[in-house]
Amino acid sequence: MILGLVEHDRGTLEEISLQMIAFGRDVAAHMDLPFTAVLMGEPARPLADTLRAHGVSSIVLVRHDGLDEYAPAGWAAALGRLMEEKQPRMVMAAGTDRGNEVMAHVAARADLPMAANCSEIHPGDPFEVTRLRWGSSLLEEAVLKGDPKLVTVAPDVFTPGEVPATEDPVLEEFSPALDEADLLVRVVRREEAAAEGITLKTAPVVIGGGRGVGSAEGYAVLEELAALIGGAVGGSRIATNNGWRPHSDQIGLTGSRIAPELYIACGISGAIQHLVGCKGAKRILVINNDPEAPFFFKADYGVVGDLHEVLSAIIEEIKKTT
Amino acid sequence: MNILVCIKRVPDIGAKVELTEDRRAIVTRNLGFTISPHEECAVEEGIQRIEKDGGDTTVLTLGPDGAEEQIRDSLARGVERGILLETGGNEWDAMETAQAIVEAIRARQEAAGDYDLFLFGNEAADTGDFQVAVRVAHALGLPCVTGVKALEIEGGKAVARREIESGWEIYEAPLPAVIAVKEGINLPRYPSLRGTMKAKKKPVDRLHPSATGATLEMQRLRHPPEQGKQVEMLGKGAGAAPRVVELLKSLEVMPS
Repeated sequence: MILGLVEHDRGTLEEISLQMIAFGRDVAAHMDLPFTAVLMGEPARPLADTLRAHGVSSIVLVRHDGLDEYAPAGWAAALGRLMEEKQPRMVMAAGTDRGNEVMAHVAARADLPMAANCSEIHPGDPFEVTRLRWGSSLLEEAVLKGDPKLVTVAPDVFTPGEVPATEDPVLEEFSPALDEADLLVRVVRREEAAAEGITLKTAPVVIGGGRGVGSAEGYAVLEELAALIGGAVGGSRIATNNGWRPHSDQIGLTGSRIAPELYIACGISGAIQHLVGCKGAKRILVINNDPEAPFFFKADYGVVGDLHEVLSAIIEEIKKTT
Repeated sequence: MNILVCIKRVPDIGAKVELTEDRRAIVTRNLGFTISPHEECAVEEGIQRIEKDGGDTTVLTLGPDGAEEQIRDSLARGVERGILLETGGNEWDAMETAQAIVEAIRARQEAAGDYDLFLFGNEAADTGDFQVAVRVAHALGLPCVTGVKALEIEGGKAVARREIESGWEIYEAPLPAVIAVKEGINLPRYPSLRGTMKAKKKPVDRLHPSATGATLEMQRLRHPPEQGKQVEMLGKGAGAAPRVVELLKSLEVMPS
């Protein structure tokens, strides 16, 4: 069997887990194995109904008081116990902060290799995987040894799909004994962020500034345009490393991934680390005074010119025509 | 406080990545190298902690001879000493790397006393394995928090904050602990000229771990399929504004 850890936060399903299930079901079919979804903690019980529509063969609900709140080593220890009992051929989770963390703990406990962020799996001998490097800018083809195979699934590669359920999957309860030490690190409290207005993640238009903006003050014109059209302002790593923008505004490999209708990139050359962050954008408009800037080759629209001049003219034009 | 910071040397890639003929590596002939971004913040976090509480920081990396550059860079910022686990230049997988780090830590702790805090980057920019810190923590029997964007040390425990969509999760771990940080936890300083001069005299030990054999065996690298975009130029300078506004209107992203 293949075990798939379904990620949830206090009973709310992370959509990305459905992608993992779609992928896992596919791999399971190729290997002629059943796919079993694992739900961690009692608060996840209601999710079984959702999973039934996603073609899982069976569901295991892991019950333990210490697992109701997220505890990375504890979730991994419980998975380890389940692995002892079920002897799966493969264990997977979504390639998220939690998924990668739990699977790393599972791998460390079992002294097995783990392949993070896989986009393809070719089961066989040797067992081959393709995984993301440089935040998806490069792909690695690798042979994954060890048994069972431990992987996480790259986000946004697979589309979740409901499938007609042939049989109602069985819900089995599993109550492992866990060591206190495994439950030592867990979420002890939370702080909700104050509701922001338009954010990088939700804005229909994002205006990003890079080296070409030149200073923190230089962002005023980006802010003005954003305010006018209901957009959000972000920046490249250079902007945050220079202290021009807070790190929370960074778009890229070590910052946010955005997916607006339109991304207006100003004074950004187009380094791979930045492109990783904005490849979800439906359209990209690049404004750069260097006509050879590599970003133009990844853009839908381009304007060659000084970003301050161009943005000021756009603002004037909007005020004139509306 | 005695802190060990583990870092990785990565190429400073730009807009185009060229692969070697055997497709097992990136062509780095014309590239510089840097400390991987999350680890650069781990170095800064270690230095700030020592500036606040006093103590000693050591930076450790596993890599080729050239990785001494990233150790010296860390020393120039304020770290006291370095350990280079020198490899022949072949890539080591996460399990091999973690094992070599654990052995080096054990040897060092026997000789010079225990570390209170182990700082890692959450994942290396190049390989993105997300596991070396966790493996080291397990081997040493220590608690581990990853994805940390704010860290306080209070009464012998680490209080670590992790950012999630809706706000923050707070974790606690008694010291000694392994903490894997993310960029944004601080704003790393640049090495000063004086720091760079001082760094030349700071001690760097070289160890030569032997590879145990990869269990996640990289075969080759490849580029993801190109999207094949054709850019439409909207004009030059301020003269392009009318066409940009037309575009905004046609995409219906502008409140009308």
